[in-house]
Amino acid sequence: MISALEVFLQATVAAGTTYLLATLGEILTERSGVQNLGVEGVMIIGAVTGFAVAQTSGNVWLGVLIAPLISGILGGAHAIICVTLKQNQIVSGLAITMIGIGISGLLGKPYVGLPLSAKLLRYSIPFLSNIPILGPSLFNHDPLTYLSFILVVVLWYFLFRTRAGIIVRSVGENPSAVDALGISVDRTRYFCTVLGGLLIGLAGAYLSLFYTPAWAEGMTGGKGWIVVGLTIFSMWSPKRALVGAYLFGGIEVLQYRLQPFGISPSLLASLPYIATIVALLFGASERVRKRIGAPSALGRPYTRGD
Amino acid sequence: MKILVERRENPSKITTLLSSVLSIGLALFVVAIIFLFYRVSPFEAFRRIMLSAFGSWYGFSETVVKAIPLMICASGLTLAFRARLWNIGAEGQLLIGAISASWVALTFPDSPSFLLLPLMFGFSFLFGSIWGLIPGLLRAKFGTQIAITSLMLNYIATKILEYLVYGPWKGPSEWGFPQTSKFSISAQLPRFASTRIHYPTLFFGVIFSLFLHIIVSRSVFGFEVRATGENPQAARYAGISFFKIALATMLISGGIAGVAGFGEVAGIQLRLRMGISPGYGYTAIIVAWLSRLNSILVIPVSLLFGGLLVGGDAIQLMGLPFAAFDLFNGLILLFVVGGDFLLQYSMKVEY
Repeated sequence: MISALEVFLQATVAAGTTYLLATLGEILTERSGVQNLGVEGVMIIGAVTGFAVAQTSGNVWLGVLIAPLISGILGGAHAIICVTLKQNQIVSGLAITMIGIGISGLLGKPYVGLPLSAKLLRYSIPFLSNIPILGPSLFNHDPLTYLSFILVVVLWYFLFRTRAGIIVRSVGENPSAVDALGISVDRTRYFCTVLGGLLIGLAGAYLSLFYTPAWAEGMTGGKGWIVVGLTIFSMWSPKRALVGAYLFGGIEVLQYRLQPFGISPSLLASLPYIATIVALLFGASERVRKRIGAPSALGRPYTRGD
Repeated sequence: MKILVERRENPSKITTLLSSVLSIGLALFVVAIIFLFYRVSPFEAFRRIMLSAFGSWYGFSETVVKAIPLMICASGLTLAFRARLWNIGAEGQLLIGAISASWVALTFPDSPSFLLLPLMFGFSFLFGSIWGLIPGLLRAKFGTQIAITSLMLNYIATKILEYLVYGPWKGPSEWGFPQTSKFSISAQLPRFASTRIHYPTLFFGVIFSLFLHIIVSRSVFGFEVRATGENPQAARYAGISFFKIALATMLISGGIAGVAGFGEVAGIQLRLRMGISPGYGYTAIIVAWLSRLNSILVIPVSLLFGGLLVGGDAIQLMGLPFAAFDLFNGLILLFVVGGDFLLQYSMKVEY
């Protein structure tokens, strides 16, 4: 027996997984001091690649595997501009967005409106899925959702409990100090930007292969930009990203649940964007209060001796 | 062997121009490869783009039509970008300007032209500037990133437009299409001869670009904007109010983009509908950047991109999706911003 609340929570988690995976990727990238505003483009490339590969090969998992790789390449392009060439991260991110949307439009053309031919997989986790309320909402999903739970813990552990994580955070805080220790700032930033792009691509693949599942032009519809906002909202912490992602997943579900009440669907559809601005305000005011969280070298290219 | 990279001051104008041309060339090269994948000869495609955009009087007039909103939006953006305020919300500001101008046109259809058009102009500027002011204010007050907030407002503006033309503003005799009724004659901008060039808006575009150039290069305000962009900390110590700069630049660039929306509804569409802008506000960012934030250069560069938009329509007939244009835009921007490296640093090879 599944209650209305359980249905709502399950849909929330499903909608939130896209946000969660991508926000984790952006947190990793930004922790190293690089802001990737191109999330929207990186995500949509992941979505189109995932769908195209799954559709052609008939294997969903091949799509899940290839999509992040292509997205990682786009993340790498951002790193070339921002890290090696030390140029403006905002403009580069914008360019990455346009390129991603452009390529996805070209590649996705033959796949518009096709139902996914490959078989979809959902696994209920035995015992856990029988817990009332929590069980069906958290443990009756596809494997990528479970992976996102695991990745929250992994990223948290990596950033705050390992030596490599300390290096990443230091590169985002005080790159010259890390450089003085003989650790490569550039290499760390490349690593984080490409790996972050990989995760954002995984979010895209989840969107087109599990959540929707179909390919539509421009299907990310601003989710990538919301992720940039969510990263700030979560104060660059994987644990808070979990909260933020499901909050936005909930808002997305709510927007469909409220439609029968006679509110215009267009206006309801603007809810996530309004919520992003509000979330940014929360993040901002909290940042002023606590003066923690934000990597202080975020957005600034590093040149030795500058 | 070792490559030495050194910072260089003030690159020459020739180097700057060469780097821009090189960026466009590289973007064209990549797009040419993509054309080959579609079994379309790149030379034939480029020839058709140039021919359709600049090869005939009609084609050129359409190029100007598309250049008008680009010119207007981009000249406003150069001001905000000079202050390093990343207003990427020109698209939404344009839409809000279009919506407010349409409200005037639909509310007072019987007023004479000489009252109605200035009122539409004023409303589009006013509400466009409010739409730009929101991210400016949030940035100045709370430190939220303008790039994200202004972009969110683009989506919100699109949803408001969608709500209006599917809902309360839907024209009763428009065969169910999501659009308002046609504007009365007095709410329509005059056009040049048999073209679609709504010349009053073109005139404003040219005025905005010249005027903003003078403001940025000659006025105290312009100096303050540049100082804030180059070194916000130093600007603050010099007594320049960041609050004032953030609000003023966002207000002006937002209002100007709003006027572009007025031009589109009153000069081209003659009604409010979905898709009044194929992303002019986004393309304007590239125009502004490629013009090196010099608002006079915005005029020729917007003509170039207007031509590309017209050519983009032409190559769709050859079976190439319009998305190729997005990709091309993105590539140019990426190569231009990457190419700036060559302007800021000189490289030497040492053995």
